[in-house]
Amino acid sequence: MDTYDAYQAITDVTEDQRWAFGAAIRRPALRRRYDDPGRCRRRRTCAPIAKCSVTTHFSLSHRLQQWVAHAPELEEEAALANIALDLLGQARFLLARAGTVDGSGRTEDDYAFQRGPAQFRHVRLVELVDSDFGVAMARLLVFSTWRLAVLDRLRASRDPVLAAIADKGVKEVTYHREYAAQWVIRLGDGTEFSHRRVQAALDQIAPFVGELFTDSDVETRLAAAGVGVRPSETRAEFDAALDAVLSAATRALSGVVGVWRSDED
Amino acid sequence: MSDTSGDWPLYEVFLRGKRGLNHVHVGSLHAADAQMALHHARDVYTRRNEGVSIWVVASRDITASSPDEKDPFFAPSGDKVYRHPTFYAIPDNVPHM
Repeated sequence: MDTYDAYQAITDVTEDQRWAFGAAIRRPALRRRYDDPGRCRRRRTCAPIAKCSVTTHFSLSHRLQQWVAHAPELEEEAALANIALDLLGQARFLLARAGTVDGSGRTEDDYAFQRGPAQFRHVRLVELVDSDFGVAMARLLVFSTWRLAVLDRLRASRDPVLAAIADKGVKEVTYHREYAAQWVIRLGDGTEFSHRRVQAALDQIAPFVGELFTDSDVETRLAAAGVGVRPSETRAEFDAALDAVLSAATRALSGVVGVWRSDED
Repeated sequence: MSDTSGDWPLYEVFLRGKRGLNHVHVGSLHAADAQMALHHARDVYTRRNEGVSIWVVASRDITASSPDEKDPFFAPSGDKVYRHPTFYAIPDNVPHM
Protein backbone atom coordinates (compact mmCIF):
# COMPACT_ATOMS: atom_id res chain seq x y z
CA MET A 1 0.00 0.00 0.00
CA ASP A 2 1.27 3.44 -0.91
CA THR A 3 1.45 5.19 2.43
CA TYR A 4 1.02 8.56 0.78
CA ASP A 5 -2.37 7.71 -0.65
CA ALA A 6 -4.56 8.75 2.25
CA TYR A 7 -7.76 7.68 0.62
CA GLN A 8 -6.50 4.21 -0.06
CA ALA A 9 -5.41 3.95 3.53
CA ILE A 10 -8.80 4.77 4.93
CA THR A 11 -11.15 3.07 2.55
CA ASP A 12 -12.13 -0.47 3.26
CA VAL A 13 -11.46 -1.91 -0.15
CA THR A 14 -9.95 -4.66 -2.15
CA GLU A 15 -8.94 -4.23 -5.74
CA ASP A 16 -12.37 -5.05 -7.17
CA GLN A 17 -14.29 -3.23 -4.47
CA ARG A 18 -13.25 0.40 -4.71
CA TRP A 19 -15.47 3.09 -3.28
CA ALA A 20 -15.18 4.93 -6.57
CA PHE A 21 -17.47 2.33 -8.06
CA GLY A 22 -19.86 2.42 -5.19
CA ALA A 23 -19.27 -1.19 -4.23
CA ALA A 24 -18.10 -0.40 -0.73
CA ILE A 25 -21.28 1.49 0.03
CA ARG A 26 -23.85 -0.74 1.62
CA ARG A 27 -27.01 -0.92 -0.36
CA PRO A 28 -30.05 -0.07 1.69
CA ALA A 29 -32.21 -3.03 2.52
CA LEU A 30 -35.17 -1.33 0.95
CA ARG A 31 -33.55 -1.65 -2.44
CA ARG A 32 -34.37 -5.32 -2.37
CA ARG A 33 -37.85 -4.97 -0.99
CA TYR A 34 -38.54 -2.25 -3.43
CA ASP A 35 -39.99 -4.38 -6.17
CA ASP A 36 -42.19 -6.24 -3.77
CA PRO A 37 -45.65 -5.85 -5.30
CA GLY A 38 -46.74 -4.30 -2.04
CA ARG A 39 -47.97 -5.92 1.09
CA CYS A 40 -49.75 -2.79 2.11
CA ARG A 41 -53.32 -3.83 2.86
CA ARG A 42 -54.87 -0.63 1.63
CA ARG A 43 -52.90 -0.36 -1.50
CA ARG A 44 -54.94 2.33 -3.14
CA THR A 45 -54.73 4.64 -0.18
CA CYS A 46 -50.96 4.43 0.09
CA ALA A 47 -50.32 6.38 -3.05
CA PRO A 48 -51.55 9.85 -2.10
CA ILE A 49 -49.38 10.22 0.97
CA ALA A 50 -46.38 9.03 -0.95
CA LYS A 51 -47.07 11.47 -3.74
CA CYS A 52 -47.67 14.37 -1.40
CA SER A 53 -44.52 13.66 0.57
CA VAL A 54 -42.54 13.10 -2.51
CA THR A 55 -43.21 16.35 -4.25
CA THR A 56 -42.48 18.10 -0.98
CA HIS A 57 -39.06 16.45 -0.80
CA PHE A 58 -38.58 16.86 -4.54
CA SER A 59 -39.34 20.58 -4.58
CA LEU A 60 -37.16 21.50 -1.60
CA SER A 61 -34.36 19.46 -3.14
CA HIS A 62 -34.54 21.69 -6.19
CA ARG A 63 -34.59 24.86 -4.12
CA LEU A 64 -31.40 23.68 -2.39
CA GLN A 65 -29.81 22.75 -5.71
CA GLN A 66 -30.22 26.36 -6.78
CA TRP A 67 -27.52 27.23 -4.25
CA VAL A 68 -24.93 25.18 -6.09
CA ALA A 69 -22.41 27.61 -7.61
CA HIS A 70 -23.93 30.41 -5.48
CA ALA A 71 -23.24 29.32 -1.90
CA PRO A 72 -21.15 31.61 0.29
CA GLU A 73 -18.35 29.07 0.76
CA LEU A 74 -17.24 25.99 -1.12
CA GLU A 75 -17.78 23.83 1.94
CA GLU A 76 -21.35 25.10 2.40
CA GLU A 77 -22.02 24.38 -1.22
CA ALA A 78 -21.03 20.75 -0.75
CA ALA A 79 -23.22 20.58 2.35
CA LEU A 80 -26.26 22.01 0.57
CA ALA A 81 -25.74 19.72 -2.40
CA ASN A 82 -25.49 16.72 -0.09
CA ILE A 83 -28.77 17.64 1.59
CA ALA A 84 -30.45 18.22 -1.77
CA LEU A 85 -29.29 14.79 -2.92
CA ASP A 86 -30.55 13.12 0.26
CA LEU A 87 -33.98 14.64 -0.30
CA LEU A 88 -33.95 13.72 -3.97
CA GLY A 89 -33.09 10.15 -3.03
CA GLN A 90 -36.02 9.99 -0.62
CA ALA A 91 -38.24 11.51 -3.30
CA ARG A 92 -37.21 8.84 -5.82
CA PHE A 93 -38.03 5.98 -3.47
CA LEU A 94 -41.39 7.53 -2.60
CA LEU A 95 -42.26 8.24 -6.24
CA ALA A 96 -41.43 4.74 -7.37
CA ARG A 97 -43.43 3.37 -4.46
CA ALA A 98 -46.39 5.50 -5.45
CA GLY A 99 -46.27 4.16 -9.00
CA THR A 100 -46.22 0.59 -7.73
CA VAL A 101 -48.95 0.97 -5.13
CA ASP A 102 -51.54 2.81 -7.20
CA GLY A 103 -51.31 0.13 -9.86
CA SER A 104 -50.68 2.62 -12.63
CA GLY A 105 -47.17 1.39 -13.28
CA ARG A 106 -45.97 4.97 -13.58
CA THR A 107 -42.27 5.52 -12.99
CA GLU A 108 -40.56 8.13 -10.83
CA ASP A 109 -39.91 10.19 -13.95
CA ASP A 110 -43.61 10.22 -14.82
CA TYR A 111 -44.40 11.84 -11.50
CA ALA A 112 -41.39 14.13 -11.41
CA PHE A 113 -41.17 15.36 -14.97
CA GLN A 114 -44.36 14.49 -16.83
CA ARG A 115 -46.74 16.54 -14.73
CA GLY A 116 -47.67 20.19 -14.96
CA PRO A 117 -47.10 22.66 -12.14
CA ALA A 118 -50.76 22.49 -11.08
CA GLN A 119 -50.50 18.75 -10.48
CA PHE A 120 -47.73 19.09 -7.95
CA ARG A 121 -48.81 18.60 -4.34
CA HIS A 122 -46.56 20.07 -1.72
CA VAL A 123 -46.60 22.44 1.22
CA ARG A 124 -46.10 26.08 0.31
CA LEU A 125 -43.09 26.29 2.59
CA VAL A 126 -40.95 24.54 -0.03
CA GLU A 127 -42.01 26.89 -2.82
CA LEU A 128 -40.41 29.95 -1.24
CA VAL A 129 -37.48 31.36 -3.13
CA ASP A 130 -34.45 31.81 -0.87
CA SER A 131 -33.84 35.53 -0.82
CA ASP A 132 -30.72 35.00 1.28
CA PHE A 133 -28.78 32.32 3.14
CA GLY A 134 -30.70 33.08 6.34
CA VAL A 135 -33.99 32.18 4.69
CA ALA A 136 -32.48 28.98 3.34
CA MET A 137 -31.30 27.94 6.81
CA ALA A 138 -34.47 29.01 8.64
CA ARG A 139 -36.61 27.14 6.12
CA LEU A 140 -34.40 24.06 6.29
CA LEU A 141 -34.59 24.11 10.09
CA VAL A 142 -38.38 24.25 10.04
CA PHE A 143 -38.69 21.71 7.25
CA SER A 144 -36.32 19.14 8.72
CA THR A 145 -37.73 19.47 12.23
CA TRP A 146 -41.19 18.80 10.84
CA ARG A 147 -40.14 15.99 8.50
CA LEU A 148 -38.06 14.31 11.18
CA ALA A 149 -41.09 14.10 13.47
CA VAL A 150 -43.23 12.71 10.64
CA LEU A 151 -40.64 10.23 9.35
CA ASP A 152 -39.93 9.04 12.87
CA ARG A 153 -43.57 8.02 13.23
CA LEU A 154 -43.73 6.66 9.69
CA ARG A 155 -41.15 4.05 10.68
CA ALA A 156 -43.99 2.18 12.35
CA SER A 157 -46.09 2.19 9.17
CA ARG A 158 -47.81 -1.03 8.21
CA ASP A 159 -46.52 -0.51 4.69
CA PRO A 160 -43.06 -2.10 4.91
CA VAL A 161 -41.64 -0.04 2.07
CA LEU A 162 -42.80 3.26 3.53
CA ALA A 163 -41.38 2.16 6.88
CA ALA A 164 -38.03 1.33 5.27
CA ILE A 165 -37.92 4.66 3.40
CA ALA A 166 -38.71 6.48 6.66
CA ASP A 167 -36.03 4.58 8.52
CA LYS A 168 -33.42 5.64 5.98
CA GLY A 169 -34.76 9.19 5.93
CA VAL A 170 -34.63 9.69 9.69
CA LYS A 171 -30.84 9.37 9.74
CA GLU A 172 -30.44 11.80 6.87
CA VAL A 173 -32.91 14.40 8.09
CA THR A 174 -31.43 14.28 11.60
CA TYR A 175 -28.21 15.61 10.11
CA HIS A 176 -30.06 18.20 8.00
CA ARG A 177 -31.68 19.55 11.14
CA GLU A 178 -28.42 19.70 13.02
CA TYR A 179 -26.79 21.51 10.11
CA ALA A 180 -29.61 24.07 9.84
CA ALA A 181 -29.86 24.52 13.60
CA GLN A 182 -26.18 25.32 14.03
CA TRP A 183 -26.45 27.91 11.26
CA VAL A 184 -29.55 29.57 12.68
CA ILE A 185 -27.88 29.78 16.10
CA ARG A 186 -24.66 30.99 14.53
CA LEU A 187 -26.39 33.71 12.56
CA GLY A 188 -28.47 34.69 15.59
CA ASP A 189 -25.32 35.04 17.69
CA GLY A 190 -23.24 36.62 14.96
CA THR A 191 -23.26 40.29 14.06
CA GLU A 192 -26.06 42.79 14.38
CA PHE A 193 -26.58 42.36 10.66
CA SER A 194 -26.76 38.54 10.67
CA HIS A 195 -29.05 38.56 13.69
CA ARG A 196 -31.44 40.95 11.98
CA ARG A 197 -31.42 38.96 8.75
CA VAL A 198 -32.06 35.56 10.31
CA GLN A 199 -34.80 37.06 12.48
CA ALA A 200 -36.37 38.49 9.33
CA ALA A 201 -36.05 35.07 7.69
CA LEU A 202 -37.89 33.39 10.57
CA ASP A 203 -40.59 36.04 10.40
CA GLN A 204 -40.90 35.50 6.66
CA ILE A 205 -41.54 31.77 6.89
CA ALA A 206 -43.70 31.87 10.02
CA PRO A 207 -46.97 32.17 8.03
CA PHE A 208 -46.17 28.92 6.20
CA VAL A 209 -45.73 26.84 9.33
CA GLY A 210 -49.40 26.26 10.15
CA GLU A 211 -49.99 24.38 6.92
CA LEU A 212 -47.43 21.75 7.86
CA PHE A 213 -49.67 20.53 10.67
CA THR A 214 -52.98 20.51 8.85
CA ASP A 215 -54.35 17.01 8.36
CA SER A 216 -55.79 16.26 4.95
CA ASP A 217 -58.58 13.71 4.56
CA VAL A 218 -56.13 11.32 3.01
CA GLU A 219 -53.68 11.65 5.87
CA THR A 220 -56.39 11.14 8.45
CA ARG A 221 -57.62 8.02 6.65
CA LEU A 222 -54.11 6.62 6.25
CA ALA A 223 -53.26 7.25 9.88
CA ALA A 224 -56.41 5.42 10.94
CA ALA A 225 -55.29 2.49 8.79
CA GLY A 226 -51.89 2.42 10.47
CA VAL A 227 -50.14 3.33 7.23
CA GLY A 228 -49.61 7.07 7.47
CA VAL A 229 -49.07 9.79 10.02
CA ARG A 230 -51.28 12.72 10.97
CA PRO A 231 -49.01 15.77 10.79
CA SER A 232 -51.00 17.47 13.58
CA GLU A 233 -49.64 14.83 15.99
CA THR A 234 -46.13 16.16 15.48
CA ARG A 235 -46.86 19.77 16.46
CA ALA A 236 -45.83 19.47 20.11
CA GLU A 237 -42.56 17.80 19.20
CA PHE A 238 -41.91 20.46 16.57
CA ASP A 239 -42.56 23.31 19.01
CA ALA A 240 -40.26 21.81 21.63
CA ALA A 241 -37.44 21.30 19.14
CA LEU A 242 -37.79 24.81 17.70
CA ASP A 243 -37.87 26.28 21.19
CA ALA A 244 -34.67 24.47 22.06
CA VAL A 245 -32.85 25.76 18.98
CA LEU A 246 -34.07 29.33 19.09
CA SER A 247 -33.40 29.72 22.80
CA ALA A 248 -29.93 28.19 22.41
CA ALA A 249 -28.78 31.36 20.71
CA THR A 250 -27.27 33.60 23.36
CA ARG A 251 -28.94 36.51 21.65
CA ALA A 252 -32.28 34.81 21.76
CA LEU A 253 -34.46 34.68 18.71
CA SER A 254 -37.21 34.29 21.23
CA GLY A 255 -39.64 36.65 19.56
CA VAL A 256 -40.13 33.97 16.96
CA VAL A 257 -41.19 31.28 19.40
CA GLY A 258 -44.34 33.20 20.15
CA VAL A 259 -45.13 33.36 16.48
CA TRP A 260 -44.92 29.60 16.05
CA ARG A 261 -47.20 29.05 19.01
CA SER A 262 -49.82 31.63 18.15
CA ASP A 263 -50.04 30.08 14.73
CA GLU A 264 -51.90 27.16 16.24
CA ASP A 265 -54.28 29.09 18.45
CA MET B 1 -17.34 35.59 17.07
CA SER B 2 -15.55 38.86 17.46
CA ASP B 3 -13.54 38.52 14.28
CA THR B 4 -15.95 39.03 11.41
CA SER B 5 -13.54 40.08 8.74
CA GLY B 6 -11.63 38.13 6.16
CA ASP B 7 -11.55 34.42 5.39
CA TRP B 8 -12.31 31.62 7.75
CA PRO B 9 -9.22 29.97 9.25
CA LEU B 10 -7.86 26.73 7.89
CA TYR B 11 -8.44 23.33 9.55
CA GLU B 12 -6.70 20.03 8.86
CA VAL B 13 -8.92 16.96 8.58
CA PHE B 14 -8.09 13.44 9.76
CA LEU B 15 -10.32 10.45 9.07
CA ARG B 16 -10.40 6.95 10.43
CA GLY B 17 -11.73 4.27 8.12
CA LYS B 18 -13.68 1.20 8.98
CA ARG B 19 -10.73 -1.11 9.43
CA GLY B 20 -9.73 0.42 12.71
CA LEU B 21 -6.61 2.08 11.36
CA ASN B 22 -5.22 5.31 12.70
CA HIS B 23 -6.73 8.61 11.76
CA VAL B 24 -5.14 9.66 8.49
CA HIS B 25 -4.69 13.19 7.19
CA VAL B 26 -6.91 13.65 4.13
CA GLY B 27 -6.87 17.38 3.48
CA SER B 28 -7.90 20.75 4.80
CA LEU B 29 -10.84 23.12 4.70
CA HIS B 30 -12.04 26.50 5.90
CA ALA B 31 -14.42 26.93 8.83
CA ALA B 32 -15.33 29.59 11.36
CA ASP B 33 -14.72 27.31 14.33
CA ALA B 34 -13.97 23.70 15.20
CA GLN B 35 -17.60 22.62 15.31
CA MET B 36 -18.24 23.99 11.84
CA ALA B 37 -15.04 22.34 10.67
CA LEU B 38 -16.41 18.97 11.80
CA HIS B 39 -19.59 19.56 9.79
CA HIS B 40 -17.63 20.64 6.75
CA ALA B 41 -15.32 17.65 7.03
CA ARG B 42 -18.32 15.37 7.11
CA ASP B 43 -19.80 17.07 4.05
CA VAL B 44 -16.62 17.36 2.02
CA TYR B 45 -14.50 14.33 2.94
CA THR B 46 -16.91 11.51 3.88
CA ARG B 47 -19.35 11.62 0.98
CA ARG B 48 -18.17 8.26 -0.34
CA ASN B 49 -18.30 6.34 2.89
CA GLU B 50 -14.63 6.87 3.69
CA GLY B 51 -14.76 7.29 7.41
CA VAL B 52 -16.34 6.48 10.74
CA SER B 53 -14.49 9.06 12.81
CA ILE B 54 -13.28 12.60 12.12
CA TRP B 55 -10.67 14.75 13.83
CA VAL B 56 -10.19 18.40 12.92
CA VAL B 57 -7.27 20.54 14.07
CA ALA B 58 -6.72 24.21 13.41
CA SER B 59 -3.79 24.41 11.03
CA ARG B 60 -2.22 27.16 13.12
CA ASP B 61 -2.02 24.75 16.08
CA ILE B 62 0.24 22.33 14.22
CA THR B 63 3.95 22.65 14.85
CA ALA B 64 5.82 21.19 11.92
CA SER B 65 9.44 20.32 11.26
CA SER B 66 11.10 22.55 8.74
CA PRO B 67 12.54 21.34 5.44
CA ASP B 68 15.73 23.18 6.39
CA GLU B 69 16.16 20.80 9.30
CA LYS B 70 15.75 17.73 7.14
CA ASP B 71 19.33 16.54 7.34
CA PRO B 72 19.99 17.09 11.04
CA PHE B 73 16.58 15.64 11.85
CA PHE B 74 16.40 12.60 9.62
CA ALA B 75 19.68 11.79 7.94
CA PRO B 76 21.36 10.34 11.07
CA SER B 77 18.84 7.49 11.27
CA GLY B 78 19.41 6.55 7.64
CA ASP B 79 22.34 4.20 8.24
CA LYS B 80 21.31 2.65 11.56
CA VAL B 81 20.11 -0.64 10.11
CA TYR B 82 20.52 -2.31 13.50
CA ARG B 83 17.45 -0.39 14.68
CA HIS B 84 15.25 -2.47 12.42
CA PRO B 85 14.17 -5.71 14.09
CA THR B 86 15.27 -7.87 11.17
CA PHE B 87 17.95 -10.01 12.80
CA TYR B 88 15.84 -12.81 14.16
CA ALA B 89 13.41 -15.34 12.72
CA ILE B 90 9.70 -14.86 13.33
CA PRO B 91 8.02 -18.07 14.50
CA ASP B 92 5.42 -19.40 12.07
CA ASN B 93 2.60 -19.10 14.58
CA VAL B 94 2.99 -15.34 15.06
CA PRO B 95 0.37 -13.71 12.82
CA HIS B 96 0.17 -10.23 11.30
CA MET B 97 3.87 -9.54 11.08
